[in-house]
Amino acid sequence: MDDEYDAVIVGAGPAGSHTARFAAEGGAKVLIIEKRQEVGSPIRCAEGAARRSLEEAEVIINPKWVSGEMDGAMMIAPNGNFLVVDEARAGNEVGYVVERDLFDQDLAKVAVQRGAELALKCACTGLLKDENGKICGVKINHMGEEKEIRSKLVIGADGHESMIGRWTGLAPKLEKNDIISGLQYRMTNLDINHKFVQFFLTSKYAPGGYIWIFPKDENTANVGIGIVLSKITHKGHLKELLDGWIASQPKIAQGDIIEIVGGGIPVGTPLDSNVMDGLMLVGDAGRQTDPITGGGIGNGCRAARICGKTIAAAVKANDFSKEFLQIYETGWREILEERLYRNWMAKEACLNLDDDVFNKIITTLDEVGIEEVNVFNLLVVIKEKHPELVEKFQDLI
Amino acid sequence: MIVVDPRICLHCAQCVGTCPHMALELNDMHIEVNENCKSCKWCVISCPVGALTLEA
Repeated sequence: MDDEYDAVIVGAGPAGSHTARFAAEGGAKVLIIEKRQEVGSPIRCAEGAARRSLEEAEVIINPKWVSGEMDGAMMIAPNGNFLVVDEARAGNEVGYVVERDLFDQDLAKVAVQRGAELALKCACTGLLKDENGKICGVKINHMGEEKEIRSKLVIGADGHESMIGRWTGLAPKLEKNDIISGLQYRMTNLDINHKFVQFFLTSKYAPGGYIWIFPKDENTANVGIGIVLSKITHKGHLKELLDGWIASQPKIAQGDIIEIVGGGIPVGTPLDSNVMDGLMLVGDAGRQTDPITGGGIGNGCRAARICGKTIAAAVKANDFSKEFLQIYETGWREILEERLYRNWMAKEACLNLDDDVFNKIITTLDEVGIEEVNVFNLLVVIKEKHPELVEKFQDLI
Repeated sequence: MIVVDPRICLHCAQCVGTCPHMALELNDMHIEVNENCKSCKWCVISCPVGALTLEA
């Protein structure tokens, strides 16, 4: 490890490593720091990623981390009626189920092969500022040793719990409606359709969220729940809900748990700014997760590609100002912001829907059919048959 | 005072991201509570497995 870099990237998740790859490819001297001993572990993810998003992000698809290619998605109403959406119509919602630990490790490997440096057991403990208060590097603890690393750019890719976002004030605290708490079991000995991801709408077991099944193989799947913090009333409530739902589903209840995964997802509005002089936020740290699906891999990688290229351009121009970093800011907002904001509004409107409404929505969509599933199209279709259901969503249509 | 039960904790850092006061940190594989804690219990309810408790 040197004392000085063009960019220090905090966090070796997909967004951090993918950023590092494009920065290194563009000739920048990059260091990724990761506080854990191993990239990708522990997993904190449902492991779904849209094929289209990964392709657009120029992620190099490696069969090693693809555990399944889905034929589509199913949305299941509380009364058991369901809507099947094939992959072509599922838009950005389905595609791959990945081995997330291998995925993260592969992206980190590619970044390092392209010239980035990776330091493990290396935590960022603070930001360095020059005499004018401008960010000029990071304080780190590397294998117990306190050090200072100078860098022209610092990239916060430190996840939903981002300290970089908080230290800089770019990512303010979230409201309870804007935090998803997630719990998931890897289960086997299940009786499932392993070619479809499944989303269960149920206000009894997943108020202000949903329950998912993401298949890993013929009889193994990630079975999880994610709901907003405002709907969680007491300690251990989330686990009670997931366990209760599983007990109510004989084909799932017959299975066995082989892994437990927890995690948080930010589902607030996009930040006012993801950049300041000498610093950018990307991925979950940059609040780029989809507020409806909770998906973060595809969006994070798409933004990371732009972030990495911006680093390389900034190094060439020797300009690390907030103004120059607008290349990233306008670039990622162009491809993600409108959808993030619309889905945030839809999420707000969906929080209090009851089972009767979920039943009507799924039945209507199944009868009418839908070209491509996204929030906008869903609302338009529902409006035709049940205008009363979408009154709250008028602003979105 | 927030106490984290290491026998239950999944190290997912849900509580760290949730805390409105920056009172929690994930240092390698354990959660630490600092003096910023206001006992608001957001972390207690946010924990997917109920590993956190507010003790008097």
